[in-house]
Amino acid sequence: MRYAADVATLARKDLQLELRARDTLPAMLLFVVSTLVVFHFALPAGADELAAQGLLWLALVFTALLGLARSWAPERESAALDGLVLAPCDRSAIWLAKAASTFVFLAAIALVALPAFAALFAPVTWETVAGVVLANVGICAVGTLLAAMAAASRTRELVLPLLFLPLAIPLVVGGVGASVSEEPGRFLAFLGLYDGVFAILCWASFEYVVSE
Amino acid sequence: MPALALGAAALMGLAVVFAFFVAPQDADQGISQRIFYFHVPIALTAYACFGWGALKALLLLWRKDERYDLESYVAIHQGTIFGALTLATGSIWAKASWGHWWLWSENQLVLFLVLFLFYSAYFMLRFSIEEGPRRANISAVYALFGVVLIPVSFLAIRLAENVIHPTVFTREGPQMTGTMFLAFCVAWVGITTLAYTLYRVELSGKRLDSNLRDLREALGG
Repeated sequence: MRYAADVATLARKDLQLELRARDTLPAMLLFVVSTLVVFHFALPAGADELAAQGLLWLALVFTALLGLARSWAPERESAALDGLVLAPCDRSAIWLAKAASTFVFLAAIALVALPAFAALFAPVTWETVAGVVLANVGICAVGTLLAAMAAASRTRELVLPLLFLPLAIPLVVGGVGASVSEEPGRFLAFLGLYDGVFAILCWASFEYVVSE
Repeated sequence: MPALALGAAALMGLAVVFAFFVAPQDADQGISQRIFYFHVPIALTAYACFGWGALKALLLLWRKDERYDLESYVAIHQGTIFGALTLATGSIWAKASWGHWWLWSENQLVLFLVLFLFYSAYFMLRFSIEEGPRRANISAVYALFGVVLIPVSFLAIRLAENVIHPTVFTREGPQMTGTMFLAFCVAWVGITTLAYTLYRVELSGKRLDSNLRDLREALGG
């Protein structure tokens, strides 16, 4: 119970910071819409809807990457992360709270990106929506941990995409499969498996990323 | 260590002899099939190196002994080299068999490309963090992600593509003649010994480097 309260407090802190400063979310929203517009011009005339479905996933992954690169910025300033690590709470709660607040951001992005995609390219199916929800869980779980790793490095924003993209390939496979396949259930199940496996791994290993 | 190096060289020589002169010519693929005796053992060795690196990473996180950090790094370094060799030999085989240097339908090769990108990022991460326990921990966690990524990516690639890669090892056992299997085993042992020798050589070099640095610091240089 105490653990859940810690997670809720930490996640609320992130959301309040964003509501007050409005640093990240407006930039992500503008980025995802701009990307979709660029993709319209990148697709040759006569390209089919299937190609557009693939590009939707690319837009979502890159937008998430933009948000993840900023996700630990408040903690980095004035060494606030050290204070959090010293706080009397389980360290994995810090990761879970950050992943939860990032999930809220990504849900807001999806609420804009999916209708925009439907208006500009092709209709969005329920399978795509389910795929986006499941993929966002995986992106938040893995991305938050990798962003914490990148935050400890000198190259930060430069190294995060290199760390994240190879791990995002299975999510893109699952997401695109759920959008275009005739058997979306297999791909959604795969996304669920990815989420479960990596969430447990990230939850168990976060402590080592922030401590010495 | 010299004995180990000699042993590795002898086994590699034996593997070349077996692969080119003892094993019979494949009726379907001809001479190009002989790269199989190197491609598959190199790929298996790369997997073994990644697994060994992850095991050492786990030991580091568990026992907090910093010597495992260097061992994990060296194993992953060797794994990445053998991974690059797998991509090269696989490409050559694909060109000889199917006329293309790269085929997205070749699942194992695509998996190695993903792993190669993943482990290349490991070095980018490692060398952009200040040396110390924090770097050791972060590198170890990333190395553990690698061994989880292998089956997950494999499953993803299988889901994404149709399977046309020749499956030599099935549940019914290896689909080749006794001499071919013997040549394969000799090459496998040879390449594994070679990888272990390189691992030991690099590890002792890195340890010497680290000891020298400590000594220089102790002397106030």
